[in-house]
Amino acid sequence: MSERAGTKQVLQGNEACAIGALAAGVNFFGGYPITPSSEIAEVMSQCLPLMGGRFIQMEDEIASIAAIVGASLAGAKAMTATSGPGFSLMQENLGFAAIAEIPCVIVNVQRAGPSTGLPTQPAQADVQQTRWGTHGDHSIIALAPSSVLECFTMTVDCVNLSERFRTPVVLLSDEVVGHMRESVMLPAPGTYQVVHRKSPEHGATDYCPYGECEDGGLQPLAAFGGEHRFHVTGLTHDPRGFPTMVKEEVDAKIRGIVGKIEDCADELACYEEFMLEDADVLLFAYGSTARVAKSSVRQLRDAGVKAGLLRTKTIWPFSDARLSELKDQLKLVVVPEMNLGQLSLEVERALCGAADVRAYGKVDGDLFTPDEITGYTMEAAGL
Amino acid sequence: MSASIELARTYLRSDKKLPTVWCGGCGLGIIMSAMVRAVAKIGVSKNKVAVVSGIGCTGRMPTYVDFNTLHTTHGRGLAFATGVKLARPELMVIAAMGDGDSLAIGGNHFIHACRRNIDMTAIVANNQIYGMTGGQYSPTTPHGKRGTTAPYGNVEHAFDTVSLAVGAGATFVARTSVYHAREAGNLIEKALRHKGFSVVEIVSNCHTSYGRMNKFASPVAMLEWMRDNSVPVKAAERMEPGELAGKFTRGIIVEKDKPEFIAAYDDLAERMSADPTAVANVRKIIQAYDQMADGLKSRDD
Repeated sequence: MSERAGTKQVLQGNEACAIGALAAGVNFFGGYPITPSSEIAEVMSQCLPLMGGRFIQMEDEIASIAAIVGASLAGAKAMTATSGPGFSLMQENLGFAAIAEIPCVIVNVQRAGPSTGLPTQPAQADVQQTRWGTHGDHSIIALAPSSVLECFTMTVDCVNLSERFRTPVVLLSDEVVGHMRESVMLPAPGTYQVVHRKSPEHGATDYCPYGECEDGGLQPLAAFGGEHRFHVTGLTHDPRGFPTMVKEEVDAKIRGIVGKIEDCADELACYEEFMLEDADVLLFAYGSTARVAKSSVRQLRDAGVKAGLLRTKTIWPFSDARLSELKDQLKLVVVPEMNLGQLSLEVERALCGAADVRAYGKVDGDLFTPDEITGYTMEAAGL
Repeated sequence: MSASIELARTYLRSDKKLPTVWCGGCGLGIIMSAMVRAVAKIGVSKNKVAVVSGIGCTGRMPTYVDFNTLHTTHGRGLAFATGVKLARPELMVIAAMGDGDSLAIGGNHFIHACRRNIDMTAIVANNQIYGMTGGQYSPTTPHGKRGTTAPYGNVEHAFDTVSLAVGAGATFVARTSVYHAREAGNLIEKALRHKGFSVVEIVSNCHTSYGRMNKFASPVAMLEWMRDNSVPVKAAERMEPGELAGKFTRGIIVEKDKPEFIAAYDDLAERMSADPTAVANVRKIIQAYDQMADGLKSRDD
């Protein structure tokens, strides 16, 4: 049936996300219905039983993330999908996955908030919740798709990154991208990378689930049910996984879960650049907003403004490297976001005052229009 | 070497993690011992047992037993356990929980676990108080009894764990106390052998927090209370409701057959995998369905 792969089809972003999960080997999904993410659970519930996987609708989002972490610990590749309110409920167990270093993927199809907000309208309101929503020092990986195709490819990336870094990874989608339909040609199996979980280097008696490999990397996570009986806890723990209050061990643990991600920020940074070469006005955007910003760049160019777009695909960890390279050529940076300025703070920090950074926020439940971003940018540029 | 020492050496992480954090005389040691004896009697490999817990004194139990052990967040043990069991059904999955953990913060997970009937066992260690945090009243603290947050006596009324489990649809529900240690082991064994979701409530003693505030000076006094105020299910059937006031029944309260979740899910999955319409509908969404399905299935081998 391989000839069926690789033809064009009309897909919704959420559908593409679910297919991406299956393509990456996700064989367990636990979720709770919430607009605008529910199609992901629906597709998983339809496909997983026929593909040797298991789906369960849990009693709430707290249970959903708990179930996927449990499943992952038992060897599954596991995912859940939600939106703002559900993502808030997941925060405590997201922290558990971070400190216990258990791979899992959380898709957040963002909607307008806070609280119930506007369930059917888009927002990018959870950028900082993704980074800091759970208590305690930790790091997080989050990617933001801008198209239906990226809903597929980035879900694959999220699963792969969660396995590689043994950490929860967030696909930070939004209502526009999740519900948009586009004609896409999904890559055929075998043409994209799928990271499989490795077996531990050591046998049962020497196994340190939180120890280092001989190459200095993190020890692969053994699955419950094999020969490596081990302990997992949300308490700070030693390399064997048992609770510890020894200062040096606690310090090393927390620095470890932050450093393993933050140290790779530049490597994980991924961008789309558009008309950047000679640009002195930068639109820095992500997700569905970046699609609009691209049109605005064209409008600004037509008006004689040397505008360019830097669309970041990686939201967290935030890399300063590309912005640092650009800072001498930039006069003005506009960061359009469907929030009141969340990622713009990072842009401002990365540029250290080298350019005028303007947060252009929109929180009325509507996506930007190109005219709005163009008009704002013209005004900010004094034109 | 006595049989119990051999059991301890085999099943406890005696070289690493003992002694426990529990107070001297705490009933949790009796419950842990009952659980270990039940697993030993069934004879399942330690590799094939997972013990999951939430937070609290009972939450520490997995630390000490040499199985696949998972100490999670407060109240969420059963939700994590659900994922473990669904991903690896061959595991015997036990969730060890206290009364606050299972019935307050984890109450939602508890009733839905009862309803779903996934083949797991919940052990509810009910000491009627939040022990680890210093004695605040819990959902099973009796009306009028004291806690550090009920200094004038508890205004609320207690949950009856067993009635809650039965009402929510658990297919095996039993109760005993730490005074009845041998019965506790036997009931856990029966629960573990039961195909479906099983709940064993074990009334326990927190003399340190509950006892101190409620005129139970010692663990012995609390265990004697359990002896004198528990009635076997059979005997309770012959008693008038008035005679049972202030007492609790012990033994197997419910034991019934109902399709187990994973068995039912897998049966449905097998039928749908052979259903041309279902397969065609999935192919409409996933063009590379066959390759991807092969990829997923091959990982199970």
